[in-house]
Amino acid sequence: MGKTPAAVIGVGQTHHRAKREDVSMAGLCREAMDRALEDAGMTLDEIDAIVVGKAPDLFEGVMMPELYLAEALGAVGKPLLRVHTAGSVGGSTAIVAASLVQSGVHKKVLTVAFEKQSESNAMWALSVPVPFVMPVHAGAGGYFAPHVRSYIRRSGAPGHIGAIVAAKDRTNALKNPYAHLHNEGTTVESVLASQMLWDPIRYDETCPSSDGACALVIAADDIAAVSPNPAWIHGTVMRSEPTTAAERDQVNPQAGRDAAAALWKQAGITSPIDEIDAAEIYVPFSWFEPMWLENLGFAEEGAGWKLTEAGETAMTGRIPVNCSGGVLSSNPIGASGMLRFGEAALQVRGAAGEHQVDGARKALGHAYGGGSQFFAMWVVGADKPAN
Amino acid sequence: MRRHPQDRTLSAPVTVSFDYTRSVGPVLGRFLTGLRDGQFVGARLSDGRVVVPPPEFDPVTHRATADFVDVAETGTVTSWTWVSEPVAGQPFDRPFAFALVTLDGTDAPLLHAVDVASPDEISTGLKVRARWATERTGAITDVVFVPDTGTAAPAAPVAGEGEVTGIVTPVSLDYTYAASPEESAFFRGLAEGRLVAQRCPQCRKVYVPPRPACPVDGVPTVEEIELSDTGTVTTFCIVNVPFLGQKITPPYVSAYILLDGADIALQHLILDIPVEEIRMGLRVKAVWKPREEWGTTIENISHFAPTGDADADYDTYKHHL
Repeated sequence: MGKTPAAVIGVGQTHHRAKREDVSMAGLCREAMDRALEDAGMTLDEIDAIVVGKAPDLFEGVMMPELYLAEALGAVGKPLLRVHTAGSVGGSTAIVAASLVQSGVHKKVLTVAFEKQSESNAMWALSVPVPFVMPVHAGAGGYFAPHVRSYIRRSGAPGHIGAIVAAKDRTNALKNPYAHLHNEGTTVESVLASQMLWDPIRYDETCPSSDGACALVIAADDIAAVSPNPAWIHGTVMRSEPTTAAERDQVNPQAGRDAAAALWKQAGITSPIDEIDAAEIYVPFSWFEPMWLENLGFAEEGAGWKLTEAGETAMTGRIPVNCSGGVLSSNPIGASGMLRFGEAALQVRGAAGEHQVDGARKALGHAYGGGSQFFAMWVVGADKPAN
Repeated sequence: MRRHPQDRTLSAPVTVSFDYTRSVGPVLGRFLTGLRDGQFVGARLSDGRVVVPPPEFDPVTHRATADFVDVAETGTVTSWTWVSEPVAGQPFDRPFAFALVTLDGTDAPLLHAVDVASPDEISTGLKVRARWATERTGAITDVVFVPDTGTAAPAAPVAGEGEVTGIVTPVSLDYTYAASPEESAFFRGLAEGRLVAQRCPQCRKVYVPPRPACPVDGVPTVEEIELSDTGTVTTFCIVNVPFLGQKITPPYVSAYILLDGADIALQHLILDIPVEEIRMGLRVKAVWKPREEWGTTIENISHFAPTGDADADYDTYKHHL
């Protein structure tokens, strides 16, 4: 028996902000959920199961928040699952929800992912000192900056490539009313002039700290077929690997390469750059755009930055990347992956508003987490998959 | 023969604490505002029940709760448990009861504390009454319950203005962190000024610190190898960002150092060189603290400093990036 074809028929998100002091965690989730349900033309009572995702509990200081959220999320009397795969969790949560439909277990699954970063301080939460080891850790930026330096050395990329990405994504965000940052007039020059935080990563090359949530309604083919604009799921893949291992490739991780190869195969794609019309890639620090372009197979190893430099990742380029403004413009950590997956769905549904890529038929949603060790990705399409 | 685990592993206390700033939303905000003002606020749900505290969303219609009602400050204990040894952060520093209290006129119990001196003074069915704190902030700790003697305590004055929108929730967790036996051997070696690595018996890679499970083969690293304290900077970042809980004052250089003979880099600090001169391939040597300051920690090495030798060739470390 094959998979039941499944599609995204509802997408909802909050207006992402530094502090959403007007809502609780439950209120934040419901804001995204209610929008997704309205988009799907469905009520919470019609939903069979709820899958919730968020990043480490230390970010809000509520252990297993899904327990207290169960009633507010409308999960009473239904299966409620919580997924956790660090920063990639929004993506893997959507994939778990999709698998419940594709397996034939449920027909209509609602998935929601969130983070309320204003309740604490992620930099602190990610840098809790461990006894006996050198306390040189400095949050996610401190973790990823050395690997960005390695990428620059390995690829020979010019130093301003990261700034091109940041200027592009911040400009794209001006077209997305939900984006956290709406920084008018961000240019390569202004990014390069911003403070160096974790050398070689500058202030304007880092993601903000956001409160926000994203929700999707995923339905089986018989329900999706009567939806006005379903985003059909053509492939879903997750892969993981250890944070550290002898000679582990931290720039171009094996798990990401393997996941991408499996994803393209599942989706029947032989040339990603020619067949994908829009990509939402998890880029929390600007340089990860060229790094992941290579890891995903949009470019040969060492050549990702050339696509960025040539403007090919802009909205009008060969492979538009992060037309929504991406993680660089909104980062409610737990939701960030689901936003990538949801924005990919909006593109193929023709529902992305001002940041719509004209005629997008196939789109990629991508997320990664931990020390570049968890990968989650999907391909969605305007057409029902042939297989 | 295996030694007792306590002999094999090093452990140390860790405290993780933070004052979380919780935004409570309009419904719980209404409840907490009521507590600040000395009034229980509940909600009438779509099924007609009155519930305190009000749920944020109606369990039947899923709509945001909107029908608020003021509720009596007297009620009945429907179940209880005795707290004989209170811990930090609990409502009392003396023994007390946690009880489910159904306030008069409501249909579901509220979990709260009852101030009685012994378990003999509480029972299911006991009538209780609110005792409001003199200074109230809009938190669940603004009130406790006491046995109802039939007379209401004088209402304390209202303590604040406007709606309560948030609370501060201090969280503090005490852990005992235990290093693995393999790491413990490494940290004990450091206490003698030695860098003890171990080789995976299957892939033959040299791990420093050693591992209870080689990430590739899943078996403990076993064969001990002593490494010199010189190595090569593979990559690094310059941390310019100050943050809560930071142990080293920025700016500082956090580097991956591939010790000679190791197959994995170690993270440490680079000093004794202008920051702008630090580079990939730089040859460095450990600078040890005075011996009397040593313990079982990598911090016995104050930092790494340049050896003055020519930089390592890129090909010697490029597969460690």
